Amino acid sequence: MLVLTLASVSVLIVIGIGLYYHSMPILHKLSLSDLLSTSVWKPLKGLFGFYPFIMGTLWVTGISIIIALPLCLLTALYINEYAPSRIRKVLTPFVNLLSGIPPVIFGVWGVLFIIPLIQDHIAPHFVSFSTGYSVLAGGIVLAVMIFPLIVSIISEVLRTIPQDLRDASLALGATKWETTRKVILRKALPGIIAALVLAISRAFGETIAVLMVCGNNAVVPHSVFDPGYPLPALIANNYGEMLSIPMYDSALMFAALLLFIIILLFNIISRVILARLERKLAS
Amino acid sequence: MKRRKYEELFFRLLMVVATVFVAGSFFLIVGTIFYKGAPYMNLDMITKTPGGGFYIGKEGGILNAIVGSMYIAGGATVLGLLISIPVAIYINMYMDGKTFWANTLRMAFDVLFGIPSIVYGAFGFLIMVYFGLRASLLGGIIAVTLLVIPILVRTLDEVIRTVPFELRDAALSLGSTRWEMAKVVLRQIRPGIFTAILLSFGRAIGDVASVLFTAGFSDNIPTSLHEPAATLPLAIFFQLSSPVEEVQGRGYASALVLTIVVLIITVLSEVFIKRFFKHKI
Amino acid sequence: MANKPHISVQELNVHLGNQHILNDINIDIPNKKVTSIIGPSGCGKTTLLKTFNRLLDNSDDVKITGKVLVDGENIYDPNVEVTHIRKKMGLLSQRPYPLPMSIYDNVAYGPRIHGTRKKQELDELVEKQLKATGLWEEVKDRLSGSATRLSIGQQQRLCLARGLAVGPEIILGDESTSALDPVSTHIIEDLFMQLKEQYSIVLVTHILRQAARISDYIIFVYMGKIIEYGPASEVLQNPKEELTKQYVKGYIT
Repeated sequence: MLVLTLASVSVLIVIGIGLYYHSMPILHKLSLSDLLSTSVWKPLKGLFGFYPFIMGTLWVTGISIIIALPLCLLTALYINEYAPSRIRKVLTPFVNLLSGIPPVIFGVWGVLFIIPLIQDHIAPHFVSFSTGYSVLAGGIVLAVMIFPLIVSIISEVLRTIPQDLRDASLALGATKWETTRKVILRKALPGIIAALVLAISRAFGETIAVLMVCGNNAVVPHSVFDPGYPLPALIANNYGEMLSIPMYDSALMFAALLLFIIILLFNIISRVILARLERKLAS
Repeated sequence: MKRRKYEELFFRLLMVVATVFVAGSFFLIVGTIFYKGAPYMNLDMITKTPGGGFYIGKEGGILNAIVGSMYIAGGATVLGLLISIPVAIYINMYMDGKTFWANTLRMAFDVLFGIPSIVYGAFGFLIMVYFGLRASLLGGIIAVTLLVIPILVRTLDEVIRTVPFELRDAALSLGSTRWEMAKVVLRQIRPGIFTAILLSFGRAIGDVASVLFTAGFSDNIPTSLHEPAATLPLAIFFQLSSPVEEVQGRGYASALVLTIVVLIITVLSEVFIKRFFKHKI
Repeated sequence: MANKPHISVQELNVHLGNQHILNDINIDIPNKKVTSIIGPSGCGKTTLLKTFNRLLDNSDDVKITGKVLVDGENIYDPNVEVTHIRKKMGLLSQRPYPLPMSIYDNVAYGPRIHGTRKKQELDELVEKQLKATGLWEEVKDRLSGSATRLSIGQQQRLCLARGLAVGPEIILGDESTSALDPVSTHIIEDLFMQLKEQYSIVLVTHILRQAARISDYIIFVYMGKIIEYGPASEVLQNPKEELTKQYVKGYIT
């Protein structure tokens, strides 16, 4: 049993090593800074500039967080601080059900609903032409995907704040909102940050839903209506040709390695924050 | 004073609007899928495999994908359980559940849980290349098993932790070995195990990135582990990429099938979780 | 009683869910005296206290009927502004709950909410209340430090200073020394004795010795009903009711 346990955990390390090993060819050919900052992507010529893909990932993730964080913070506050228990019992399952929906369904919904929404109703106000396939679409779809994650973590954190602390503020004559703003949010801040970090790491890695709506165009986005090409989409779209073009497989493995490292880092940071919060409460 | 009252009301309203958005998005998504998919839904879809030309509008259904996904999800869950149950027991019983090492291991699994499925897919692909396997049912099962193990370990761990120490101590004091005590605990948490199975199955059946490289695709139901297997999410994706409107519509219907399956699984698992924890408290 | 009661409870009934927690309570709390509410655990003492500043409003599934008059006004009247009522009362909980901010901000929290903004006014207010609770000398050099770094006894005094800063008329204490060591307990009890010259004080306690030491009046609550009420010495040494006799037995002997 010990062996199994250690083996499972070491998968983490093995993945890292495996990806690194397969990225080595391309790392030998081009320097790290070249890979990350150039924009030319012509595999047939051996040119691999990851910059547009990194930017694509950042744009899509950024948009999703900007949309999701405020909405989910307000929602978690409402559900836990204001809603009567009857309403809370009804609302919570629906937020959780959202987390069970497979990513591909989000992608289909994105194509059916969000793309026309952007193309016909939103973009015309801002730009002359847009197909709707954009980082904005990717961001919106991604935001809805991470709703349940953020709401559940913030809710958990809010639940650990003792009622007596709220009572102390209310007893001084504060309104519920003043208590929420000045006391609860301050106490919950580390937890909110942890939720944010975790949400970012989840958004970074989401593949199929974003792939279906973001346009898959290897250019650096300059506005939310531009198409983008995030890293996971890059890997997913091109694995077919991976083995036939030299160095292509190494390049894609490098992309996977990049994702792996960034997500690993964010995950660890967030878990550490949450663990520290837990320990503070137990004492 | 009035200002404070208005402030309170304003933010209250804001919160309600946000909540409606967030909770309502569930209905929006499921509703859209139903609305667009239902017109194309018929019995053929779930009982036939694609005929020739399925993707340009001719006959058939997605039975290949339904069965393929079931095989992969089922295989991965079984394999995952075989690994996760010993691991969860080991962390809780043999390492005494609360030590530094136990918690570090738990964190490691939490981190594994957060790794996106595409990384598991890429890694699974590397493993397949290393062993000389082609894209096949086996490949898909391997990759998805990797994906599913952290989910299982996490759920099982939480469930085992609800078993009070006294029960374990009582079993030990009666002279049983640690392994016998583990068996007692397992029987106790049977509904929890079932929940873990449901959760893992639900995740496995809907995931794309892990099977993308590893399971391949086929119009037939695989008869051996080495044949490529179709999966529902990929079937949906391919149908949607078709220029023929009829095929796209069938893609929506396939999405509907997947959504219904996953919803049933999720609802069942929520019901189980509630029932399980009710008895514990 | 010589002076008009500060709080007057009339036919108060409190239901939490299916349980009838407080049953037909009729009691007057005298002005500028220390009144202690005693009784076995779980009999409604804290619930009664919480009806005074309407903190019970936040509990789920609570039904309150009857009147609670403070200075003649029914605080449960639908037109009443709750925050206004709560300002009149300072609450000290069983365990200190400093707000997650600096010592200075803790004390200034209440006044800031109610409109005091000028730095000088706040400075004076903070100093005055910290002096009143005997904390000033101990913390005057670290006012901007976090309140959670204080010892428990200091934290409780901070909470008292915080409560006094909003200018209440009544102080409510819910077993407020039960988490403290004997020295801190003594300091707080002394404070209560001093403060009763300006404030009416209502304390819930399960320590009979404490009730005897500092109270002017005692209310004995059992199973949600008031069994006996009167001056402290009488209730403790010459109880009229059988139940009271049984409860204070431990103290007399």
